[in-house]
Amino acid sequence: MRALTWHGKHDVRMETVPDPEILNPRDAIIKITSTAICGSDLHLYDAYIPTLQKGDILGHEFMGEVMDVGPKSTLKKGQRVVVPFTISCGSCFHCSKQQYSACDNGNPAENQDLGQELYGEPMSGLFGYTHLTGGYPGGQAEYVRVPFSDVGPIVIPDGMPDDDVLFLSDILPTGWMAAENAMIEPGDTVAVWGCGPVGLFAVQAAFKMGAHRVIAIDHFPHRLELAAGFGALTINFEQTDTYEALMEFTGGIGPDAVIDAVGLEAHGFFADNVVDQIKASTFLGTDRPHALRQAIVACRKGGRVSVPGVYGGFIDKFPFGALMEKGLTVKTGQTHVQKYLPQLLEMIGNKELDTTFLISHRLPLEQAAEGYRMFKNEQDTCTKVVLKPGLELA
Amino acid sequence: MSDVRDDAPSYVSKDSDVQTSEAQGGEGTVWGHTVAIMRPREELYAYWRDFANLATFMENIVSVDVADATRSHWTVKGPNGNYEWDSVVTEERPGELIAWEAQGDIKNSGRVEFRDGPPGHGTHVRAVLAYDPPGGLIGKAIATLTQKEPQTSSRRDLRRFKQLMETGEIATTTPPNREPHS
Repeated sequence: MRALTWHGKHDVRMETVPDPEILNPRDAIIKITSTAICGSDLHLYDAYIPTLQKGDILGHEFMGEVMDVGPKSTLKKGQRVVVPFTISCGSCFHCSKQQYSACDNGNPAENQDLGQELYGEPMSGLFGYTHLTGGYPGGQAEYVRVPFSDVGPIVIPDGMPDDDVLFLSDILPTGWMAAENAMIEPGDTVAVWGCGPVGLFAVQAAFKMGAHRVIAIDHFPHRLELAAGFGALTINFEQTDTYEALMEFTGGIGPDAVIDAVGLEAHGFFADNVVDQIKASTFLGTDRPHALRQAIVACRKGGRVSVPGVYGGFIDKFPFGALMEKGLTVKTGQTHVQKYLPQLLEMIGNKELDTTFLISHRLPLEQAAEGYRMFKNEQDTCTKVVLKPGLELA
Repeated sequence: MSDVRDDAPSYVSKDSDVQTSEAQGGEGTVWGHTVAIMRPREELYAYWRDFANLATFMENIVSVDVADATRSHWTVKGPNGNYEWDSVVTEERPGELIAWEAQGDIKNSGRVEFRDGPPGHGTHVRAVLAYDPPGGLIGKAIATLTQKEPQTSSRRDLRRFKQLMETGEIATTTPPNREPHS
């Protein structure tokens, strides 16, 4: 089959690789019909996350048609499914608490050692990410093997187009959980750093959960326009002092909840960020947490900090004093995708959530490498790239 | 200094004498690890007690042939071929504990305990293995083709046991474009 493989920093290629096979009883093989490039794929593209290996197949946002099933799969050939990016067994302690992204059993034992060293507990399995998360071949390919196919994939009713439901795989539930983690109360002002796909879904979700106002922060005008389209107030941090603006919007109190939908590659020429970038380039540190620092400092006393943005390593100058003295609550984590799927699928079906607005580019899978370049270099207008195997060029 | 020890298992002690105090046969190294498994104690005990099953989740065990209620013959992978020995069950309490000890030159012993965890937290399975490295025969025998320390290997074995018991299968990934690797 054809697949997008990683070979190093800013080097991804379409290659012909062997087809996946059923390896375990609960497996299924999915023929990909749509797959997207995620912002967290750019962290891999930029080589910020360790333990990727040459030849690894990327992609963790995908959907398709069931081609083959193992004896313990509950799927049927021909069904259309969206597959969560988290590989979760459904029966361990964490899965039983619906903390699916903390699953103990999705990651092969031989890939758990480093996570144990780094984080104190091994990470769960994820598709198309690093070997810390299992080294599972991803979905930017013609076919993919899906473990625990009786727990993860959600069957899509006939008549719902791929583009409506594809983002159930990651960014929609991630934005939803980000808003849930902000524990929004009526009257709340919620500030969202980053108007990428997760931030934009967090804006929508925050309104659904009763936020009085949502303030979206970015420096890309088009992305801010999209946020404004959902009713958010905007702050362009290149034009405006973000902290001062937030204080003005909130009468000097600060937002009731803050959401960092940026993660470890924050942009902007701020003193702390320049130092972080130098450290990252010299391997003294990996994470550039400017947005997170700013969010914590801006948050009101007793407020809540929700972090859907991805971090992998260590943070310098973390304002823990502000966190403690203001009595903030922090909630974060990889998304418990499976927990949210039925509810979000229903909301998409009822037209309560808009998902397709995000798609700026549809490309044949063969042009995946070009898709990475565009998503990386044209962030203002290239909001989301969807790859479709077999799509003819217009 | 008080002689009173805390409540932690001996094998996590910083004192090397305390660390090896649970070695049944006076072996030089003791490794122990506890893993929570969301299955009933009796079920986990029963699977482990049939030593033939150990080969399904222990990566270095080629086979365990059960001779009778207490004796079994173990074949284990080593860097220069297989090692073999006979093992005898030295203690057992159904649903709670199994202990065994190898006979002969390749000195090693093991013990696994099954206890109820706090409510809703499954069964705590505690394995304690004792052997005679470094450089001892068993150390080499247990060290795998992957050149991992015996401790790493044993920790992975326990994780596979948990996976098998909780999910009915052992997580694996064989990337389609190359051989399995870690």
